[in-house]
Amino acid sequence: MNKPFKFEIDGIEIEAQRGQSIMQAADEAGVYIPRLCDTEGLEPQGSCRVCVVKQNGRAVSACTQPAIEGAKVENETEEILGYRRDLVRMLYHEGNHLCPICEASGRCELQAMGYRLGITQATKYPYLQPARPVDASHPDIVLDTNRCILCGRCIRASRDIDKKHVFEYVGRGINKRVGVNGNKLAETDVKLNDRAIDLATCPVGCIIQKGRGFFAPIGERQFDKKPITLGVGPGKNRGKS
Amino acid sequence: MESRIVSICRRYADDRTRLMDILLEVQRELRGIEPAAMELIARQLGITRVEVEGVVSFYAFFSRRTKGEIIIRVCDDIIDRHAGGREIAKVFVEELGLAIGTTSADGRFSLEITPFLGMSDQAPSAMVNETILTRLTVQKVRLVCARLREGTEPRDLVVHTGDGNNSHPLIRAEVNNNIRLAGEVLLCPVPANAGLRSALQRRPQELLAELEESGLTGRGGAGFPTGKKWRAAADTAATRRFIICNADEGEPGTFKDRVLLTERADLMIEGMTIAAYTVGSDAGIIYLRGEYSYLRPYLESVLQARREHGVLGKNIGGKQGFDFDIRIQLGAGAYICGEESALISSCEGLRGEPKNRPPFPVESGYLGFPTVVDNVETYCCAARIMEQGGAWFGSFGTDRSSGTKLFSVSGDCARPGVYELPFGITVRDLLDRVDAPDAAAVQVGGPSGEMINMSQFERRLCLEDLPTGGSVMVFSQRRNILEIVDHFLEFFVEESCGYCTPCRVGNVFLKKRIEKVRKGLCELEDLAYLKELGKTIAVTSRCGLGHTSPNPVLSTIRNFPLVYAVLLKEHGDGVQASFDIQAALEESRRLAKRRSMIYDPNYDEA
Repeated sequence: MNKPFKFEIDGIEIEAQRGQSIMQAADEAGVYIPRLCDTEGLEPQGSCRVCVVKQNGRAVSACTQPAIEGAKVENETEEILGYRRDLVRMLYHEGNHLCPICEASGRCELQAMGYRLGITQATKYPYLQPARPVDASHPDIVLDTNRCILCGRCIRASRDIDKKHVFEYVGRGINKRVGVNGNKLAETDVKLNDRAIDLATCPVGCIIQKGRGFFAPIGERQFDKKPITLGVGPGKNRGKS
Repeated sequence: MESRIVSICRRYADDRTRLMDILLEVQRELRGIEPAAMELIARQLGITRVEVEGVVSFYAFFSRRTKGEIIIRVCDDIIDRHAGGREIAKVFVEELGLAIGTTSADGRFSLEITPFLGMSDQAPSAMVNETILTRLTVQKVRLVCARLREGTEPRDLVVHTGDGNNSHPLIRAEVNNNIRLAGEVLLCPVPANAGLRSALQRRPQELLAELEESGLTGRGGAGFPTGKKWRAAADTAATRRFIICNADEGEPGTFKDRVLLTERADLMIEGMTIAAYTVGSDAGIIYLRGEYSYLRPYLESVLQARREHGVLGKNIGGKQGFDFDIRIQLGAGAYICGEESALISSCEGLRGEPKNRPPFPVESGYLGFPTVVDNVETYCCAARIMEQGGAWFGSFGTDRSSGTKLFSVSGDCARPGVYELPFGITVRDLLDRVDAPDAAAVQVGGPSGEMINMSQFERRLCLEDLPTGGSVMVFSQRRNILEIVDHFLEFFVEESCGYCTPCRVGNVFLKKRIEKVRKGLCELEDLAYLKELGKTIAVTSRCGLGHTSPNPVLSTIRNFPLVYAVLLKEHGDGVQASFDIQAALEESRRLAKRRSMIYDPNYDEA
């Protein structure tokens, strides 16, 4: 039952354990599958769809789909890269992502994913330009949901690790956003040292820690030296620079 | 307020999984669920306020602000709109002096638009609190408003009740069944509990074999083999299993479950009971869409009568140890809850978002237990199969699509209503029966299905060719195809749960581009844009809603290319079609208080 088995990602043989997702098996084998909503230590939810792969021809999210013995998984094909570009562009256009003035620039996973996928030009989609009020009520934390990509990492970190459930999705469809447990952040019991507020949790510049902006100079920021990939990506070595 | 909320929560044992019921009651009693109320509910259930807010803000029938004592919801599906629904809404606006989406200052009225009430065979329609009004005219709306202003209770607005059980004292709705053709399986006279009696004399394994032999497939639209589903649930080792009936038909143009719930409620519950016996379940849920809440008292009475007759509850049919009972879970206005795993989320008191699969509901569904979720019509068929046999059922329909199917036909035809016909009939055959000589386009399977043109009317309604959960909308030459496409996209943008990126964001982009096409501001390349974007949404979305939401665009590009061709422009002068020079100049003209010599086409005439 618990005997490891093998499957293929882009022709590379991968060993997997029963119950592992495609993503877990790929990570252990050192094969990178791009992702935004998934990060180490949190339950995968499969919402950003950037980790979309084809398993035996069927499109699935690698972070939630169990690996299947003998399956052929397509990861970095032209078709899949095209989908990923579209998805990352959608996230860019859904929010306001003005990299030059964003504190997260250089350590932002959305930005890094854009570079990795070769998105360097203004893209074909319209900009939705949300204008939600910024919540700077908390003494240590700023929340700018105009930059949120709805990855839900703060929600899961607060719920499952901090055991506070400070954040939750509210609204639905294009009006879906991350809400806080109160009228504003200052009314909640969120603390700067919560996992939800850790720099490794928010992949973009939505959750900002006050008093330590732009701490890494250009050239020394997390993704300045190496593109986003395994070990340089989500959850690993982040926020320590 | 505090004592009322506490007592509501206590009635549900402060059970967090019953949050839907708690919110429905708070909404009804307090006419809204404001932050203070959410705080109280959260405290009572031991969760955070934002968790409650997450659920409240998900469903259209919940509101974070206090609504009027009387909430009027005007149906806005495309058939209602073609039948004059927009004008009807306007009359409500005038009569009540109230803009859509607002509540009157005295707190008496709220006026809203709702995507689909399930009455497109008797459009235009509206819902006044829980009362359904159909075949609305300007005159009728004026009268309704006058009576409401005088203090008439919504349920007393009904003067003429409809046919069949619509006149039952517990329903008293002016809804008509519009059963135009009764077939040999569901709408013909059916003997009471014959299927259940027969089933209880056999072993569950035999029933599974019977069901598999029948070839019954899910009637909601996806067409999954029912026998396979029941077997998977039965085979999963578990301490409990659940049977859920999906009575959340929200696909615009579908209303056949409304008719079954009204006229075949016993048969449906019989089918659920057989499912319970077959897979080994002791509890079931009927998930009834909020729009059909007018049927709830009647359905409760049917359940009660069955308990009293020993065909529901303890030792069913005299079978010692076979216990099964059912509760009704009311929905609150969310199309996505028709998706089985989203429906389960909703039953669990969560946001109505689909769950990740695997695990599938038959392995881990409601509260983590194996769960069978089937459509109203599917359970009705299952009961008939146990009575008449799988071979009998399989003698109707085609190879892969067994049995008869209920089709809900609406739109530009003389006889809209419900038709029970064997799977595999052609679209033309159906059009002849509904008397639609002017049909120019037919939308099969609702907005998530396919729009076909006149040359495709020989295609067959079945899983092998054109699948449908029942919705068939007929459009004549007078209709604007792109207006329909635009409207369908608006529906999906409104009803996307927002969980995954492509469905949440991509559909907004699709709609924006179709709006531009309609304005004549697009070029040939925009067609490629629509196709590529549509493909990304269809392939990468997480559930059926996103997999099918680009269909209105993709199927009309395929089947009505000329509709696009006439609107797409070629711009040889190098100016983008999307750039409207006149609109761009408008502001400067206004500021300069003069017209433009170069760009104003009628400059000389001034």
